[in-house]
Order: sequence, then C-alpha cells, then structure tokens
Amino acid sequence: MLYDQVVLRYGDLMVKGRNRNRFEKRMLDQVKQALLAYENITFFKSFGRLYVKLNGHPHEPIVDRLKDLFGIVSLSPVISTEPDLEKIREVALALMQSVPVKPATFKVSAKRAWKPFPHTSQEMNHLVGGHVLRAIEDLKVNVNHPDVELRVDIQEEATYVFYEVIPGAGGFPFASNGKAMLLLSGGIDSPVAGWLALRKGLEIEAVHFHSYPFTSEQAKDKVIELAKRLSYFSGEPIKLHLVPFTEIQTTLVQAKSDNLIITLMRRAMMRITEQLAERNKAFGIVTGESLGQVASQTLPSMNVIGRSAQLPQLKPLIMMDKHEIIRLAERIGTFETSILPYEDCCTLFLPKSPSTNPNLRIVEKIESLIPNYTELLAAAVEGTEELLLTPVVQTTVHTAGEDSWF
Amino acid sequence: MLYFDHSASTPPYNEVVQTMMEVMKSQYANPSSLHRFGMESDKLIERSRALLADRMQTNKGSWVFTSGGTESNNIAIKGVARQYASRGKHLITSQIEHASVYEAFAQLETEGYRVTYLPVSKTGHIDVEQLESAITDETILVSIMHVNNEIGTVQPIEAIGRMLKRHPKIRFHVDAVQSLGKLPIAIEEWGIDLLTGSAHKLRGPKGVGYLYVREGLTLYPLVSGGSHEGGLRAGTPNVPGIVASAKALRMSLDKREQWLIKMQQLRNQLLAILGEIKELKLNGAEPLAPHIVHFSYPGMKPEVVIHMLEQHGIMASTKSACSSKDDKPSRVLLAIGASHEQASGGIRISFGDEHEERDITALGAALHKIVAQLKPLERRLT
Repeated sequence: MLYDQVVLRYGDLMVKGRNRNRFEKRMLDQVKQALLAYENITFFKSFGRLYVKLNGHPHEPIVDRLKDLFGIVSLSPVISTEPDLEKIREVALALMQSVPVKPATFKVSAKRAWKPFPHTSQEMNHLVGGHVLRAIEDLKVNVNHPDVELRVDIQEEATYVFYEVIPGAGGFPFASNGKAMLLLSGGIDSPVAGWLALRKGLEIEAVHFHSYPFTSEQAKDKVIELAKRLSYFSGEPIKLHLVPFTEIQTTLVQAKSDNLIITLMRRAMMRITEQLAERNKAFGIVTGESLGQVASQTLPSMNVIGRSAQLPQLKPLIMMDKHEIIRLAERIGTFETSILPYEDCCTLFLPKSPSTNPNLRIVEKIESLIPNYTELLAAAVEGTEELLLTPVVQTTVHTAGEDSWF
Repeated sequence: MLYFDHSASTPPYNEVVQTMMEVMKSQYANPSSLHRFGMESDKLIERSRALLADRMQTNKGSWVFTSGGTESNNIAIKGVARQYASRGKHLITSQIEHASVYEAFAQLETEGYRVTYLPVSKTGHIDVEQLESAITDETILVSIMHVNNEIGTVQPIEAIGRMLKRHPKIRFHVDAVQSLGKLPIAIEEWGIDLLTGSAHKLRGPKGVGYLYVREGLTLYPLVSGGSHEGGLRAGTPNVPGIVASAKALRMSLDKREQWLIKMQQLRNQLLAILGEIKELKLNGAEPLAPHIVHFSYPGMKPEVVIHMLEQHGIMASTKSACSSKDDKPSRVLLAIGASHEQASGGIRISFGDEHEERDITALGAALHKIVAQLKPLERRLT
C-alpha cells in the first residue's frame, strides 16, 4: 500500500486570530471521534493542517469519512518520505505509476517550506519531473493543463508526495459556534437545515413533535434515522427530544379556528422548544422554513409564529428553492428517508385553506381562551423523551429480533 | 445413509432449523399489520434483506424473497419480458437451463416472443462470441445459468456480463441456484441485473427463494395482490423462512472457502475412482462446480444404478430432480452432444460439507460392485 497518511487542510478561515487554537483542538477531537473505529491511528498537528497517520489502514474509507466532516477545506492521501532527493524521486515515480487511469501529461509542483533542504522548489520540479519522465514511456509534461499534478511538499518533519486534492465539506468544526435546537419534522427540509447548521459549527439538539395515535411509530423511527444521519456528519452523538403533542394538537383542533390551526400549532411548538432550549443551554432555534413554501412560511405567518419565542430563529433554507433543497438532501443522504410515506403531526388536521396572513391579535385572543394553555405546554415539556443517538448504533433494521437468528 | 443429492436439496444447518423454529413460534404477526408486533416481523424481513446486501456486496439493487428458485426465475424472466415488450420481443437463453427457466421461455414463445436457445460446446459451455452474435436490435433479455444443475459446468458469467455492458438495452438474468453461497459471484461488478438463488440448496429451508433486482429495473409482477416485497411478489411473506434463509446464506458464505477446498478433495477422489471403472463415462468438462460429478453408464438404465446404489444406502439422482420423473433422455446431455444412449443414462453425485473421504471410498466400492453385477446385462434392458 502506497499512502501512509492523509493530510487535512483547514484553509485560512481557521488560522486567523486568537481562535486558531480553539479551532484546531476541536478539529482534532472531531477527527479522533470520527475515526474511533480504526485502531492505531495517530495524528500530527501542524500550521493549518492535520496529518492522520494510517499505520497500515487503507486510505479510501478514511478519506470517505473525513471528507464529510466540517471545517476541512480539502484533504489528500499522501506518501511521506525522508527529505532526501533519491527517496523523493523513488516515491514520486511509484505514485505516478499507481495512478489508475494512465495520464498522458503531468507536471511536478514542489514546495520547499523547510529551507535547509538543499534544492529549491524550482530545482525540485526539474529533478523529480525529469526522473519520472525518463521512467514512464509516452508521458509528457504539460505545465498549464496537466492530467496529473504531482505535488512534493517539503516540510521539516517529512516530505509529502501526493496528487489528489479532494474537496472537503467546508464550514467550521463541530460545536465551535455554540448550540441550537433544531425542529426536525421528518420531511425533506428540516434535516437539510440541520446539516447546514452543523456545517456552520453549531451543535444541534433535535426536537420532534409526535401525536400518537394520530401519527405512527414508523414516523418516529424515521426521525430517529434522520437524526442519526445528522450525527454521522458531526461525528458526535446527537440528542433527540421527542415531544408528546397529542393533547395540545387535539385541543387546538377544537378551538374552532380551522384556518389558524397551523399558526397555533407552530406557536405552541416554538414555545415548547424555547423551554427545552433553556433547559439544555441552547441559544437559538433552527428551522427548515423556506419563504413561501407553504401557508405557514409566508412572511406574515412567520411574523406571527416567530413572535411566540424570544430566541434567535435561524432559517438556513429561507431563500432556497425546493429543488436546491432536494439536491442537498440527496447529497447528504437524507432524501430517501424523508420521503418515506409516514405522516408526521404537521400534516395532520390540515385545514382546507390555511391562513397565509394570520392576525396576531386574533391568534393571541384564541390562545388566551384555551383553558390550561400554559399547563398543556409545561406537560409536553415534562413528558418529553430524550434519546442520545449515534450513527455507530445500527439502525432498527440491524437490531430487529435476536442476533442469534441471523 | 449417504446422501449424495445436494444439487436437489441440502440438509439444513442445525442453527437454521433453530432460527426457523424460534421465529415461527414467537414472530407470527403479519408483517403488514400496523401494530408494533407486525412491525417487528417486518423489520426481521428488512434485516434479512440488509444482511444479504451486506454479504453479497450489493448496494445498487435490492433483494426480494420469493417462494423458491422456480418462482424467482419466473418473476425475473416473465417480469422483464412483459415489462419491456415495447422495446423488443427477442430473448436469449441456453439449451441447458433448468426447467423453470426453459419452460418460462417456452411459455413466452406462445405469447409471441422470439427465443434463441443457444447451443453449448461438447464441454457444456456457452461461447460468449456466439452469444453476442445472437443479439439483435430487438433483444431485451439474456438469461444464462451460472452452474448447470445436472452436469455442473460453470458458465462464463463474468465475461457475458462484461460483454453485455456494451448493450445497455439488454437485461441480464443469472440463475445462480447451484452456485450462490458456493462460488464467488460479484453481482454488480459483473453487470448482473437479476440473480436467482434458492435457500434449500445452501442448507437453508425449503420455500424461500432469493432474487436480486438491480435498482431502476421494473418487473411486471406475476401474482396480483398486496404490495409485499416492493410490489414484486404479493402474498404474506414467509417470515421464519426468510430469516432462516438469510442465516443459511450467511453461514454458507462464512464457510465457503473451507467448503471449496473440501469439495475439490472429494471430487478428485471420486474422479480417480471413476477413472478405474471404464464402463462409466464422465460428462462435462472444466470449468466445473466442485460439488457435482455427473457420469453415464451407456447401455444401462440409470434408474437401475440408482436403485442398486440405494441398496448400499446411497442416495443419488438421475438427472435434475425437477425432471427426473419423465423417461426422456436428458435435454442437457443431448445439448452437449451425448449420444441418445449416453443421454439416457446420466447419474449425478452431488455432495456437501458433511461428507468425508471415507464416504467417497464407500461410494467407490459400491460402484465397483454394481458395475460388475450389471456388466452381463448391458443393453439387455429396454
């Protein structure tokens, strides 16, 4: 096996100012967590980079895992060698010969960051390039558009030879920007909103409202799957709050204001989520709303709903089109789960013509007439079930029945 | 008793019987029911499916559970033919397929499809170039078996799959009933669209078939009813059978490499014995499956040999169990160019991992005795 390390690059975003140390520490924790399953992996931190030493593990699954972690701008599997011209030439040639689709053209881009090395970057381009050129038949140099750009990075601790630069997921490392609650419905949008929030370095706790027996156990399973998927990206366990919403929902349905039912429900959800946020020290609420998508997501609706809570409401999808959201959902692997046909509480008791322009005073009036409104909310918060989910725990499909049966 | 009829059916693993019993007893809810008990049953099926996908390394398709190899073959062949009839009505298969493939094609012929039954060489193998030259603009399906159930020849499935990648309109079905869990099969790498397997051929229970269906492929369903198995096969799923079948396949795959070594040893031993008995003519040639040995006794009715083997406590078969009740010479043997006499006298020995060297020695001794007894009666029976 050729590659012995994978280098992760943070980009300049991370390396500025006093936050650098904090970012780098979070990054290391996050990478360690994501690679827990691999024994003997070691790490080396350098300026703006993290080297993952494979110690015999194949690089492909590790690269696949790391490219989904946040805060990494790009990554490369590399071969490390001693800062010795002959050694570098040998490794460079072996790497060029291993390229799966035989390249017609190449160039060498050497970078001498460690100045005591006897040859300059420019000299190294020729010294390594010439060696490869002599050894591989039909290979030509193309400086402007090479098929393969062979990179030689001469650092103090080692020289790294590589040619692949794989784009990372970008963003900030997990939990480097505080914690927020995510309203997770089970639809297409909210998991994508959760992913975007995670990407920006937010720690997320998911909140799901269920109305059993009006919703099914499968709807709950579906949300658990989605939350697990999100935890895969952060590499950390995710907390899922399952809020019993049946009492509130059936009470609101009986308030005889069919066109306002969605507004009333969403306001109750915001209030419950805010209380959960307070208990769990979260400082914002992330939702999957996209402007104009449904009646509750018009600006007048969002105004009336938003006023029910004080915490900042983060809406990563607000200006995105549905097809863009779907494309992201497919990319992050939540789409297939989201479209499973189990009804969640948001689609229950839907009125024929929900209001797109609810009147705040009327809504407040209705709420004030609901007996025990505050108690109902408090009971829902008290009755909330907490699950700590990790992607490592297998899905319900993998745990069905007795293990001995399989 | 020595059971040498593994190609017909295999003794189930004890663990498989245990699973079958426990699941049957405790998980009797209908997997389509909405209650929790029903959902648990449903999850057992999904876990079985996931296990198959994991162990067979398929991620671009799904596994469907049927009632057996015959049903899987019928769903695959008729399903493709009827679904894609608007693209063409020409189908290709071989002359040596199992009855459940052969007869499915025969039925499609009566419905207006044109079928090419490819001949095989004297060794019992398909020629890939000949297969490619049989392809027309109208061709929508190629169905070739992996291991022949009678003589054990292994067809060049990988080469056929790679060739068919140049013909994207054609769906490729493989009847792998005799090879699944036994020989290496890289379903997706080889470009296989549909693959049939049968649980009781790999030490699982009877009544469960496997069918791999590549993603994006639509099959016209044979049975009308509920939307079980992704709408491909209506009918309440056989939960205990399905779970036990997944286990049987997993166990077979776990033991596959040791199994292969052992089968080759037993086979070499048996071939050496057959070499000593000049009356017996070996059928088929390499590449052959390691667990099937097929020979003829020209001039002797095979049933007589089978009955005499039974007197020695040995169970073997004439031809395929599915067509052993008729007297006609074997279609497969005629296809490899055997004489009418040789084709009428086929005897199949198929063994498994419960057999040891001494069992083959016993079989050899019995065959020596039987041939010596029958020698004066050659060509006297009609």
